[in-house]
Amino acid sequence: MVYENPDGVKIGLEVHVQLNRLNTKLFCGCSTDYHNDEPNTHVCPVCLGLPGSLPVINERAVEFAIKIGLALNCEIVGQTQFHRKNYYYPDLPKGFQTTQYDYPIASRGKIVIEGEDGERIIRVTRAHMEEDPGRLQHIGTIEKSKGTLINYNRSGMTLIEIVSEPDMRSPKEARRYLDKLRSILDYLDVFNGDLEGAMRVDANVSVFNGERVEVKNISSFKGAERALLYEIMRQKNHVRRGGKIVLETRHFDEARGVTISMRTKEEEHDYRYFPEPDLVPMRVADRVPGILKALPELPDAKRERFISQYGIADMHARALTTEIRVANFYEEVASQVDPKTAAVWVADILKGELNYRDIGIDAFTVEDIVTVIGLVKEDKITEQSGVQIIRTVLDEGGRPQDIVVSKGLLKVEDDIVAKAVEEAVAESPEAVADYLAGKEKSLNFIVGKVMQKTKGRADAREARERVLARISK
Amino acid sequence: MASWKDISGVKQQIAASSAEEVTASYLETIEESRINGFVAIWDKALKAAREIDAGGHKGPLAGVPVAIKDNISTKGLSTTCSSKILQGYVPPYDAHVIEKLKAAGAVILGKTNMDEFAMGTSTESSHYGPTLNPWDTERVPGGSSGGSAAVVAAGEAPVSLGSDTGGSVRCPAAFCGVVGLKPTYGVVSRFGLISYANSLEQIGPMATTVTDIATLMDVIGGYDSRDSTSINRKNTYSDALKDDVKGLKIGVPEEYFGEGIDKNVEKAVWDAIGKYEEMGASWKKVSMPHTRYALASYYIIAMSEASSNLARFDGTRYGLRAEEGENWHTMASKTRAEGFGAEVKRRILLGTYALSAGYHDKYYLKALKVRTLVKQDFDRAFTDVDVLMAPTMPTPAFKIGEKIDDPLSLYLADVNTVPINLAGVPSISVPCGFSGGMPVGLQIMGKPFDENTILRAAYSFEQNTGHHKVRPGEVA
Ligand SMILES: [Zn+2]
Repeated sequence: MVYENPDGVKIGLEVHVQLNRLNTKLFCGCSTDYHNDEPNTHVCPVCLGLPGSLPVINERAVEFAIKIGLALNCEIVGQTQFHRKNYYYPDLPKGFQTTQYDYPIASRGKIVIEGEDGERIIRVTRAHMEEDPGRLQHIGTIEKSKGTLINYNRSGMTLIEIVSEPDMRSPKEARRYLDKLRSILDYLDVFNGDLEGAMRVDANVSVFNGERVEVKNISSFKGAERALLYEIMRQKNHVRRGGKIVLETRHFDEARGVTISMRTKEEEHDYRYFPEPDLVPMRVADRVPGILKALPELPDAKRERFISQYGIADMHARALTTEIRVANFYEEVASQVDPKTAAVWVADILKGELNYRDIGIDAFTVEDIVTVIGLVKEDKITEQSGVQIIRTVLDEGGRPQDIVVSKGLLKVEDDIVAKAVEEAVAESPEAVADYLAGKEKSLNFIVGKVMQKTKGRADAREARERVLARISK
Repeated sequence: MASWKDISGVKQQIAASSAEEVTASYLETIEESRINGFVAIWDKALKAAREIDAGGHKGPLAGVPVAIKDNISTKGLSTTCSSKILQGYVPPYDAHVIEKLKAAGAVILGKTNMDEFAMGTSTESSHYGPTLNPWDTERVPGGSSGGSAAVVAAGEAPVSLGSDTGGSVRCPAAFCGVVGLKPTYGVVSRFGLISYANSLEQIGPMATTVTDIATLMDVIGGYDSRDSTSINRKNTYSDALKDDVKGLKIGVPEEYFGEGIDKNVEKAVWDAIGKYEEMGASWKKVSMPHTRYALASYYIIAMSEASSNLARFDGTRYGLRAEEGENWHTMASKTRAEGFGAEVKRRILLGTYALSAGYHDKYYLKALKVRTLVKQDFDRAFTDVDVLMAPTMPTPAFKIGEKIDDPLSLYLADVNTVPINLAGVPSISVPCGFSGGMPVGLQIMGKPFDENTILRAAYSFEQNTGHHKVRPGEVA
């Protein structure tokens, strides 16, 4: 099936990724572990932009940036340089942002996503380094604010801005691109995506090959999808009513789910870029081979390996490799039990339960899932009981071995089942007659009786077979 | 007026009395000052001197009072760039050079007056009012480190630090009859120096003798990991102090003796070159063909960088804050309107214009190209000669108010000093005579990182002439 994109939707994304796994900020030695601390406690003259302070590049940030560039299949520039982007804003302590302009550290890459109609390649225009500004906090509501507080703990954090070509054709593809990007970044261990502000998105959207509109300040992936859906609808309606789309920047109002015009092309900033005199151009080409060699296996490669190494289905391999932690978890399980069985239990059952509760794989242990799988494999419990154990562990805690006992989930002895079948058939002559007369459903009545007598500990399928065997004797 | 002393004189005095007494006598002299050279005095200066006395400090500057230009950050001591916009700003940290000075035992006396944000050639654009030239209080001390030069010339401090963006150390050194060095770019850390035009400026020492300049350089020079443009290169400047210029090849760039040059200045410089010949050096004329474009290139680059560097002064975090406006942008623009003086505003506007879309290539990029050509002029000249000599300033110090309303003629005064900053090479100004009772400076320019050759040349001149010994009021 070919996705035709009748409205000519084109989406390009600019994603700001905060490298919060670096220990220090981009241009100073301040700690990056500020999220739980008091405002303005992780600051120094440099990240406060005090007069006379000078930036010094964090070499590890450069390494991280190269790593990301390589993971996005980018070319790494031979020599990189920083520019000043000049504009006034209260959260910007120097009155300019130090960023990369004509020599971004990485460019011309690509990300493969699951598109509307199969695999698609989204081109990555560039990935460049820049510093994060501080954060404003309005006292009271924005409308009735008595004042604004500024927290500079975030000021000077390393950002990587990853800019794509307008290659996405629907909000769904945009969402997949973001998920894939996050997945790759997780693999690289360069950031913790769960922290506030770790990934921020600006989107460029156009329809019917018209002018592009930039939607800024989207703070979540869910928000990105909503913002895009709204903006596409708005543009299409506007055009249908005879309107013309103009080049403009719009703000996404998360609470109301709408985009609001911020400024048109005429009001665009003139950022007066020029090379940062305090940072000399930096040669990075020599570092690339070493970083390339140390690059971890990435999601696509891991998926292919899982399929060939473990013989599991593509669908399972995909589900297991999206998150590095899940992939690692699976591999540990697969080393102890049959990999295919492990795939079903981890990808379908466990992940399903975790998603339902919106929690991560860390909430469960390899040891516990191996125990559950073992109990089912040895036929000590039913598959249903296995699921029940997982739910109990997640909701109430405890160890599977104990839960089996406390909930009485072990399959009962054969003779008890046999006795229950014997009694149930004897007590239900009418149902037996009905079944033999062709009323299939009356069998359920007898099986139900068996389950009652065994207090549900018998395997329903097995009980059914036994009842059948007994009746047709 | 206090007795005029160099570092060794101060040390003798300390040995005879104490660092505390020496500091106290300088503080007294400053109190009686009539030149408005200081804009802030360090209230802990005496305490610091006492500690030097008590601790038996063995540093090269133990107990030596030093005056600091008001754009070099001093922890706990007001640093305002002589601007209203930084009123009340007290840095929470020391500049690299201040750390070095303190470690060497120096006693910071206070902050010296300057052209606001180092923009100027006369120290008249200071928020604190002009500094007067100790040789003639109706004249300017030069700029922008006018305070740092004047207080040394007036004996209010034995040595000082200035900063040189387009001649800001050498010009006032020439106008005030003291020695001033602009080191090679990257030799002295700029960490803590409040930027005007980062790619051009260097902190430089000012003193009454070349020996003191070398001593100060030994203290403040060297690598600093906090300044990315700092160069890791060892040098002992005091090793250069040899009275020997035999075989030294001097280049005299004819473009530096251009239109508008004062006849007495020209004569004093040629006399100096003649003196070098007597001392065993040789000279030849050289051509620096791009000199005439240097001034325009310099001002475009400096103003462009300044427009960005001065953006941070918005009233939000420190210094002046204007009445609250209806929003942040009104508050910030009111603060800047109130806080910056006319010259600073002029340069911010011009720099903003030069960097703007549509003009960026025409002005800023072209200025960078000229900068490369100017550098090449120096490279070419230095294949043939060891040093270049020329007047530091084309005229002696002019009268206060004479040029303040004519910024273009003020800019033209920098014609001989700015090529140095574009090229990043070192240059020293030493007293070489007088014109109409005012000192004249000889500018000796060197190859990159070859401070020692120009220091040796300057030292030999000093040893064989007496110009630097003449004090204000003594010239015939
Ligand atoms: Zn910091």
